Amino acid sequence: MSDAAPAISQEERDELRRHGILLTSLEELYNWGRSHSVWPLNFGLACCAIEMIAASMARYDIARFGSEVFRPSPRQADLLIVSGTVTKKMAPQVVRLWNQMPEPKYCIAMGACAISGGPFKQGYNVLKGIDRFIPVDIYIPGCPPRPEALLHGLVQLQAKISGQAITGPDAPRHLRSDIECDCPVPEFGAHDLEPPQNPAVWTPPPSLVRPDKA
Amino acid sequence: MSLTPEIGGAHVRAVHDEFHGDLLEVSMGPHHPSTHGVFRMIVTLDGETIVKLKPVFGYLHRNHEKLGENTTYLASMPYTDRLDYLNSMSNNWAYALAVEKLAGLAVPERAEYVRVILAELTRLLNHTCLAGFLMQDCGCSGTPLMYAFREREKILDLFESLSGSRMMCNYQRFGGCRVDPPAEWLAGAQRLVDGYSAFLDEFEALLTGNEILMARTQGVGRLDPALAVSAGVAGPMLRATGVGHDLRKVDGYGVYPRFEFRVPVGAHGDTYDRYMIRILEMRESIRILQQALAGLPGGPVMDPKAKLRGFRPKAGEAYGRIEGPKGEIGFYLISDGGPNPYRYRVRPPSFINLTILEDMCLGHTVADAVIILGSVDIVLGEVDR
Repeated sequence: MSDAAPAISQEERDELRRHGILLTSLEELYNWGRSHSVWPLNFGLACCAIEMIAASMARYDIARFGSEVFRPSPRQADLLIVSGTVTKKMAPQVVRLWNQMPEPKYCIAMGACAISGGPFKQGYNVLKGIDRFIPVDIYIPGCPPRPEALLHGLVQLQAKISGQAITGPDAPRHLRSDIECDCPVPEFGAHDLEPPQNPAVWTPPPSLVRPDKA
Repeated sequence: MSLTPEIGGAHVRAVHDEFHGDLLEVSMGPHHPSTHGVFRMIVTLDGETIVKLKPVFGYLHRNHEKLGENTTYLASMPYTDRLDYLNSMSNNWAYALAVEKLAGLAVPERAEYVRVILAELTRLLNHTCLAGFLMQDCGCSGTPLMYAFREREKILDLFESLSGSRMMCNYQRFGGCRVDPPAEWLAGAQRLVDGYSAFLDEFEALLTGNEILMARTQGVGRLDPALAVSAGVAGPMLRATGVGHDLRKVDGYGVYPRFEFRVPVGAHGDTYDRYMIRILEMRESIRILQQALAGLPGGPVMDPKAKLRGFRPKAGEAYGRIEGPKGEIGFYLISDGGPNPYRYRVRPPSFINLTILEDMCLGHTVADAVIILGSVDIVLGEVDR
């Protein structure tokens, strides 16, 4: 689409806007609308959930960014905030919730536990990062991250949405036929979750692969 | 009653029973807005009435106790923050108390006062948030929780300026506290305490006499005192049934015997009493805070003999417990003389308070189960550990 776009510079656009003419593309209008109305899923996992609630309360007021509508149902949500430790017992439910959300959808991994297992990484029951199973758009470090950090992550996500193409090779996964949208839901295996990761979103770095298993 | 075999993954299923006709089994959670985290209840309903309730735990099992056995004594302190993540200061104190018993450390008087101040501020924080969440569960979305979190932020500002972290304070140490609160901090705490009664008046004007709240909570989820005692229920849950058991009076740990305060007890043991107990406890906490801030002595906040590095208490065992905002929070430690505890066990109040959930919910509607669970005041980080 960018190849066929008319050659008009940003300065010319601003000049037109001063004269009351708004020149835009369908893509920009679409992204402008949806990036400022990201509805998160009302889904708290652990400590970070309290800071997520704090972000939606009066002092931090997530409503300023259009995301105050926490939906209890995944069917109505655009954003999954994984706010806390994901255990092996909980991971299948998180992936199932993700699969139940309609596209286009986004995921924020909030806090050290959701990113990597955090302080509980050594535990036998803790998942070492939710990005092993579902695609994560924004990572927010912290234990727990402050509400301001969550808001910053949300603004970053809005910038990401604003820059997305709706056609061509950069189109999101739900508009393309060659990418599988659903993530396989893991199950309890003999030693670990089966499968231990979703190869479409995460492959172990070479340093983690045992030479005899390579 | 003959139950059909469990259908894997089904969230709602019909259960046939010759007497009642069709019963319905509903799975609430682990993703449910009213379960306060990742708690799951399998509820069997006759119409709308609960005839059976089976809690399912473990969705947030983070291996706390096993990690405690594999890290040094001091390295477990930040993990205790994450047990009951609303009340990190109380958890720190209970753990520090257990280790101090184990190692025979003395605590300077100023540190004892600072601990009381922080524990009572935590109690205010917890009870305020609980009242807000309980109203949210009743269907009053927004306003009370907004009020509660407005006050929570003020207390968290104090915690942050003292310890460097809003929620995970990691402040208490074996033999004292990490840093000495400066005079400006104490002045800020005094301002907060002075203004808290006015907030409670405002909060109560909104809620306590509210007819809808009374209709929703009075007579709902009644708990029998005998059952509460035999089940080991502690804290505001137990006192709401009329049993005046408060470790601040019973054990008299720290410097609590020096303060004048009353222990409020309920009369009916229902959800309204459990709400009211928390409001009254906050008023008593304000009294304790006023006395502690006025009587704060000078001196060090750390026992000079306490050493943090290479800390190895002699072999033995100790149990330290305090009256946390949710009930008796205790840590049981066995030392074999090494740098790590041989056994590290937590007595989590909200897990034990949760064991009588079915007894409170039977015969009530499924909408009442939500507020009964809310009034138990659970935090899943502590329930599942």
